[in-house]
Amino acid sequence: MARQTHPQIVTANDLFEGDVIYLTASGDWSRDHGDAAVAHDGEEAERLLGIANAQPGRIVGAYLADVTIGPDGRPQPVHFREAFRTRGPSNYFHGKQAEA
Amino acid sequence: MYAYDDFDADFVRARVAEFREQVNRRIDGSLTEDEFKPLRLKNGLYLQLHAYMLRVAIPYGTLNSRQMRQLAMIAERWDKGYGHFTTRQNVQFNWPKLKDVPDILDALADVEMHAIQTSGNCIRNVTADHFAGAAADEIEDPRPTAELLRQWSTDHPEFQYLPRKFKIAITGSPNDRAVTKAHDIGLRMVRNEAGEPGYEVIVGGGLGRTPMIGKTVRDFLPKADLLPYLEAILRVYNLAGRRDNKYKARIKILVHETGTEEIRAMIEEAFAEQKALFQAPPADLVARIEAAFAPPDFDNTQSLAFDRAQADDPVFRSFVETNVTEHRNPAYGIVSVSLKPVGGTPGDATADQMRVLADLAERYGHDELRVSHEQNIILPHVRKADIPAVHAELKKAGLATANIGLISDIIACPGMDYCALATARSIPIAQEIATHFDALKLERDIGPMKIKISGCINACGHHHVGHIGILGLDKAGVENYQITLGGDSTETATIGERTGPGFAAEDLIPAIEAIVETYLDLRHTADETFLDAYRRLGARPFKDAIYHEHRDNARAA
Repeated sequence: MARQTHPQIVTANDLFEGDVIYLTASGDWSRDHGDAAVAHDGEEAERLLGIANAQPGRIVGAYLADVTIGPDGRPQPVHFREAFRTRGPSNYFHGKQAEA
Repeated sequence: MYAYDDFDADFVRARVAEFREQVNRRIDGSLTEDEFKPLRLKNGLYLQLHAYMLRVAIPYGTLNSRQMRQLAMIAERWDKGYGHFTTRQNVQFNWPKLKDVPDILDALADVEMHAIQTSGNCIRNVTADHFAGAAADEIEDPRPTAELLRQWSTDHPEFQYLPRKFKIAITGSPNDRAVTKAHDIGLRMVRNEAGEPGYEVIVGGGLGRTPMIGKTVRDFLPKADLLPYLEAILRVYNLAGRRDNKYKARIKILVHETGTEEIRAMIEEAFAEQKALFQAPPADLVARIEAAFAPPDFDNTQSLAFDRAQADDPVFRSFVETNVTEHRNPAYGIVSVSLKPVGGTPGDATADQMRVLADLAERYGHDELRVSHEQNIILPHVRKADIPAVHAELKKAGLATANIGLISDIIACPGMDYCALATARSIPIAQEIATHFDALKLERDIGPMKIKISGCINACGHHHVGHIGILGLDKAGVENYQITLGGDSTETATIGERTGPGFAAEDLIPAIEAIVETYLDLRHTADETFLDAYRRLGARPFKDAIYHEHRDNARAA
């Protein structure tokens, strides 16, 4: 297993809407990246992923994504792909950015 | 236009009903995602980066005003008010909700459309020259053949689980506007020495991570032999194509690894068996299809309106120069409507714009529209006298951009703005290039220029066959863009050559400008196109220009 270099969160797509969603500490899902529960070690990350995968009737394609912790204590995406997923396409103002 | 018969209509309705049941079972938990995914993909439903995406087939890119209006309705009612026309002559909706998709498919069935075989390892939507039936250089309209292939390939029991997806394109003109040499099978309509119509059959072309130009396996195939011959090709591929590695599963790899001579012999052997067993399509079916594509009832009334408008209005003259192509009937023109406004998203049309296009087709265009593989919309039969009125309506709708074939007429895949497979964005790059060269006012001086951009190695943006190709990649968590030069998608198809290390997004536009400036400096005359100049000069002066000026910024690839 590759060495974990960043804290991680669990993200997926909502089964019904297709939206990008994030697993929160309560085991529910939020559309806001900042609400995601953060795993600081591999064991905790696997536990969170297990919670997500136990909800196949709600979500599709859960996976772990690297984050950093921002000055406000909330997670921030590391990779540009995950940054795009937080706000939607850049060609129109019509993704999550329009609904925030 | 081909109209569904009872069999077509019943088949499509039955598929919608079946999929509705499958969606219900996924929602109530009876189906897992692993079970559901292949079922939704069989009905064109993907899950992309931000949402579901429904890919709707537009066979050989042909549709009528009623169908276009229905696409507009779907865009407004179940999506975000726009549709995206693709390089495979399909249309994609980027934001449908899972529960709504069966209703969308029913709405499509209402106008004889569907999303069947727009995904999966099967024979995909058959594509054709977007000027079919109208082009002055055409030997024969390829659409009756394309429709026959649609009927033959839809739900073909032997070819539903091929090693990989399979794409067929056909052109009826010697000037290839259908990229036939970059398809799994390319068909070019030709005549033999006796003047009989038939096909040149090209096999094993394709782009993606291993780009290949197809190989001709038959210089002349009689029309009557088409289906058994294609069955032979597909059978050879189905049996011998690699299934151990999805990246080596396309027929181009089989052709490459086996060799053209041997693959030709395998096909001919299979064809001999197949032909003996094969029943020709019923003559009445063929006649019905051909009748559906009979030329419209052209109005040959002469008028000076077209010439007068060109003389009086330089904006209209400019539009005609780039967006109107010679029609086989001298009283008519083929109008290409650009879906590439400067700074816009290539291939996108709003619901309102779709309705304008439908209205124009109905009023001035014998009720026909086409989607081009270059992500534009074509009105194939417009009386020249009506083109000024069409232009005026297009202007009002923001659809009169006069840039067909110029540097801002860019193919760009959805890239990481939408696509789950993408490794970088394509759309913002296309927007920046178009905006940059619009500001420089060089577009017309540059002349014919095909820029094609892909956001990943799968090459949906056809970058390998762009005069300037751009491939977006992820380099250590940063978007990086490689450039290829000298690609060509036509009858002289060529795979472009990579220049070297890629560029960060902010360095890419200066590199493109350096390439263009080099061309403008070194071309013999204003008539020497970029592609001709590149073929004469080779890559060296262009590489020197971009890496001399931008050496420090080039990222190691």
